[in-house]
Amino acid sequence: MAAPVKAKADGATGAVQNLTIGKAINLALRTAMEANDKVIVLGEDVGKLGGVFRITDGLQKDFGEQRVLDTPLAESGIIGTAVGLAVRGFRPVCEIQFEGFIFPGFDQIVSQVAKLHYRTQGGVKVPIVIRVPFGGGIGAVEHHSESPESLFAHVAGLKVVSCSNAVDAYWMTRQAIESDDPVLLFEPKRLYHSGNLRAEVDTTAKPAPLHASRVVRSGDAATLVAYGPSVKVCLDAATAAQEEGTSLEVIDLRTLSPLDLDPVFESVRRTGRLIAVSEAPSESSLTSEIAMRVQQECFYSLEAPVLRVTGFDTPYPPAKLEEDYLPDLDRVLHTVDRSLAW
Amino acid sequence: MSSPEQWTHPEPGAGPAATAAEPTPEQVIAGLRATTEGGAELTQLLTPEGERVASAQFDPYVSDIDDEALRNLYRDMVLVRRADRESNAMQRQGQLGIWVPLLGQEAAQIGSGRALRPSDMAFPSYREHGVAWTRGVDFRELIGIFRCSDHGGWDFKHHGFHPYTIVIGNQVLNATGYAMGQKFEGKVGDDNGEATIVYFGDGATSQGDVHEGFVWSAVYDAPVVFFCQNNQWAISEPTERQSRLPLYQRARGYGFPGIRVDGNDVLACLAVTRWALDECRHGNGPVLIEAFTYRMDAHTTTDDPTRYRLSDELEEWKLKDPIERVRAHLARGGGADQEFFDKIDAEADSFAAELRDFVFNMPDPPPERIFSNVYAEPSPVLEAQRREYLSYLEGFAGSEH
Repeated sequence: MAAPVKAKADGATGAVQNLTIGKAINLALRTAMEANDKVIVLGEDVGKLGGVFRITDGLQKDFGEQRVLDTPLAESGIIGTAVGLAVRGFRPVCEIQFEGFIFPGFDQIVSQVAKLHYRTQGGVKVPIVIRVPFGGGIGAVEHHSESPESLFAHVAGLKVVSCSNAVDAYWMTRQAIESDDPVLLFEPKRLYHSGNLRAEVDTTAKPAPLHASRVVRSGDAATLVAYGPSVKVCLDAATAAQEEGTSLEVIDLRTLSPLDLDPVFESVRRTGRLIAVSEAPSESSLTSEIAMRVQQECFYSLEAPVLRVTGFDTPYPPAKLEEDYLPDLDRVLHTVDRSLAW
Repeated sequence: MSSPEQWTHPEPGAGPAATAAEPTPEQVIAGLRATTEGGAELTQLLTPEGERVASAQFDPYVSDIDDEALRNLYRDMVLVRRADRESNAMQRQGQLGIWVPLLGQEAAQIGSGRALRPSDMAFPSYREHGVAWTRGVDFRELIGIFRCSDHGGWDFKHHGFHPYTIVIGNQVLNATGYAMGQKFEGKVGDDNGEATIVYFGDGATSQGDVHEGFVWSAVYDAPVVFFCQNNQWAISEPTERQSRLPLYQRARGYGFPGIRVDGNDVLACLAVTRWALDECRHGNGPVLIEAFTYRMDAHTTTDDPTRYRLSDELEEWKLKDPIERVRAHLARGGGADQEFFDKIDAEADSFAAELRDFVFNMPDPPPERIFSNVYAEPSPVLEAQRREYLSYLEGFAGSEH
């Protein structure tokens, strides 16, 4: 057996560190692995290479090949063996390289990961984290830019979360690993290394609850709700709108299943208008769910129908067209105008 | 007709003969199923007539099986078969939503199950009622699944018996992961090592998860025994629809041993599984065992085997009955007398009667069960749904709806 490894956090000089989203996730993994030797990381290329996005960089060097597993290339195998490891008492953190490759593992996620606890009336816990880089905007080939999160949010037994900033990236990763439930963490891949999104991550602070959405910008003319990479788009739109005198409220959902919509309802009751923004196709999606529940809860407060800015109901297009496909600042502002004009 | 071995190992330099070694469809079928014989490499310790066959390799693994131990294996198989038949009948009477018969597979399940130690873990598919029995999970704990009142709720850690898995082949990867955990924790390497066994059928060998389980276990030297019960039929699809090579031979391609055992021979199944587990305990796993057997009843009670197989086949396999050969061996060698057999039959009858009483009196689960244990941590959305539905039901309180 491998000897215990003494791990060292890169640049971990204090409780507060200035980190990108990618570095924040790396630090969270490292901290969790230091705290609990049952936490193991597995996936394709997560070891020597540090993952295709380098999110697991340096972990195998410090924790060894038995805790950071470069696995064979099969997603069902990664997730299916993680189930067995979890049953044995480990806390596996799976990395799926790109969201478009998760589907070979879909069967294990839906049939075993999500249902074992229910099937056994609580006898088997499944504390698995599945990390999924998702979304477009990186100019990639097919299967590398999708937003399939609604498919997983629809599955009972799973928790689905998505971060939009470095502080959440750190804490959501920690909280997902500590959760006794299976958690899918959808990570905004195009923001991993964004210098603009560097933030002070206080690793000793009390984190926000994992399953709470949050108002990230206050306003009173209309409410924008988004998650993951679309939060930045909405914040940029709100800044631009402010210059024209329109005050937009922006809510980051953070957790996609279960949805915490109370702050959204509260906001819509004040603003009377809601625009839901997501890169995913719109039909039967999270934005559909949000629109339905807001009309149910806020029917008499709405001054306009709930509108959406999403990807189209097409497969993800060739990347030369992704600027047309992805919700951007202009499409969001255009939709805000439509809402305000109602 | 050439044997399967010749197809996979053409003579070097044979030139055109190598091409000729390509099997015809008829040869494929003959080799896979070897009619009902299992082929030349079948490991057998007890013939269908109850004669003991000596084996230099495997006799040491059953040297402790004296007449008393054999009587116990016989008892296991008789009780499990009786409960299986009772459950089948109860399904026909509308007491169970479905039943998955194990008739004919008692030796494969009891032999392999009795090879396990308490510290080992077994991952079943959904027909492993006999293995469950050997792990101390009795029919009363299983049968709620088939009455559709639960999904199975036995204490898997206490019994060393994972929940049933219905999606074909999923459990092979789950078991492999569990075995990797045993290895990572340093629980292999000597006689006291732990091992994992996973059960699946011939149909499952076509699933990607089984292939991936083979790959993973080989790469990580996981202490897992793959126990394939080749009962010849995946619902209506025969083994030749799954493979053109005898299943046990596939193991070689993954880099670990594969062995075909007479799945109707409880002694051989015990010996071969003990050997395979021993390999795993010492860190030499994985191992694939193909238990060559036959499903003597339907796939489930929704199935109609008369549509896809000939009754001659069943009649031929009846001559290889796993229980009858042990009975013949015990009777012929003086290991048991008529009084013993009568006693076991009476015990089986009362066991079945108790099971029937249990099922007939089994309460339905309360509606709250729908909402419980979806998550380990509470979900506000689900909690709201639960409150709303229970409040709706309260509206009917006292009425005869």
